[in-house]
Amino acid sequence: MNLWKRLMCYSRRHSPWLFHMNSGSCNGCDIELVASISPRYDAEQLGACLQGSPRHADILCISGPVTRNSLQAIKTVYAQVCEPKAVVALGSCPASTNVFIDSRTIEGPLNKHIPVDVFVPGCPPRPDAILQGVAKAAAILAERRAKKSAAQEEQA
Amino acid sequence: MNLTNALARLLLFPGLLFAVPAAWFFLWTERKAVALMQQRVGPPFMQPFFDFIKLMGKTVPRRSGRAGLLMKALPLIALASSAGAVGLLPVLPASGGFAGDLILLLALLEVPSMCMIAAGFASRSIFGEIGSAREAVMSVSYNVVFLLAIVSIAASQHSFRLETLAQLPSSPLRWLGVLAILVCLPAKLHLNPFSVPNAEQEIYAGPFTEYAGHELAMWDLAHGLEWVASTGLVATLLAPHVQIWWLSAGSFVVISFAVVLLLSVVATWTARLNIDSTVRFYWRCTLVFAVLATSFALLLRLRS
Repeated sequence: MNLWKRLMCYSRRHSPWLFHMNSGSCNGCDIELVASISPRYDAEQLGACLQGSPRHADILCISGPVTRNSLQAIKTVYAQVCEPKAVVALGSCPASTNVFIDSRTIEGPLNKHIPVDVFVPGCPPRPDAILQGVAKAAAILAERRAKKSAAQEEQA
Repeated sequence: MNLTNALARLLLFPGLLFAVPAAWFFLWTERKAVALMQQRVGPPFMQPFFDFIKLMGKTVPRRSGRAGLLMKALPLIALASSAGAVGLLPVLPASGGFAGDLILLLALLEVPSMCMIAAGFASRSIFGEIGSAREAVMSVSYNVVFLLAIVSIAASQHSFRLETLAQLPSSPLRWLGVLAILVCLPAKLHLNPFSVPNAEQEIYAGPFTEYAGHELAMWDLAHGLEWVASTGLVATLLAPHVQIWWLSAGSFVVISFAVVLLLSVVATWTARLNIDSTVRFYWRCTLVFAVLATSFALLLRLRS
């Protein structure tokens, strides 16, 4: 791997920009995500910051059990995030639909509709667990791209 | 100013070779200062550099037609004009310059703001358009004060040459002018309490909502260079006039850094005002400084 690619991997690992999306969550996970950027947990030490626009983001953080109303919005926002991207599912709802299982208004779990890279279980998960999930997603982001480019080089 | 001198100033010092690392350093200083005041540790030292490299490696959505072309060109124009503005600053003693370079500097400082307005409308995003409209309204408000302050200092010296202004003796007029410029800098750099155009979360990312990848990286770098140019303008007016080059360059860097810290403190202390209050603040409260400075300059001119 040449120097530029190594620098790119390192930068991707140290600069995860997040976009938060609620797909019908009870707000518990959303509060914990906001807590993780507060002075006590300080996600900025990892280079992470919440972005206003999905176009700027690298990691899509989705909370909630995916309601029927929010499904199309999730697909649109997922498409708006530019490559390379990763998805972190916050809480038990996007992983298993949690207590909303078998509800006729729920389209979850999330990985039925978009690829999910990291699940952070909990109802709600603790802010340090969310930070660990974000750090893992950033590492996946860097490694995935590196593997892709290595595979392309081999093919060439 | 001959060609070699001009190129050295644009590319080496205070141009790109100095200004790009300085831009990242100032962006980091602002974020770190805000973090420390909020009792956080804050981002690592190389954070703005990592952000830039990462953005350069991201894909950009395909856009066709004139809007796509504009969205590619505008960040580059903003970047080039900010770099040009930094290159014009008379940091080193006897660094050359030409009659009227102050006018060029003011024009170049204004170009990124105009590009930002055009960028929001070119992106066709409703949030971009709101941000651009806010930036347009705000730039009309703060520029009156900003330009009057600088023009009054220039008029008192009978010169539009930056080097003459840099050698200005300490006077109440100079301090009044610098104060008026300092009041305008948070609006020029979109900092709290005047972070109205790119109001984070409120209107997504304002004019930059639709920008991604290397285009966004160019906007970030242009913004960093704007920091260097605007704080450098204050440093030029305040730095003591010495003939030793390293002392001159050192005082420029130290004063610029102090201005960055001051702006960061103000940004942390305050919350975002709405657009009406911002416009009212500039037209009602700060215009007094500018009018005072201009009248003072005119009086000085009549007496001399």
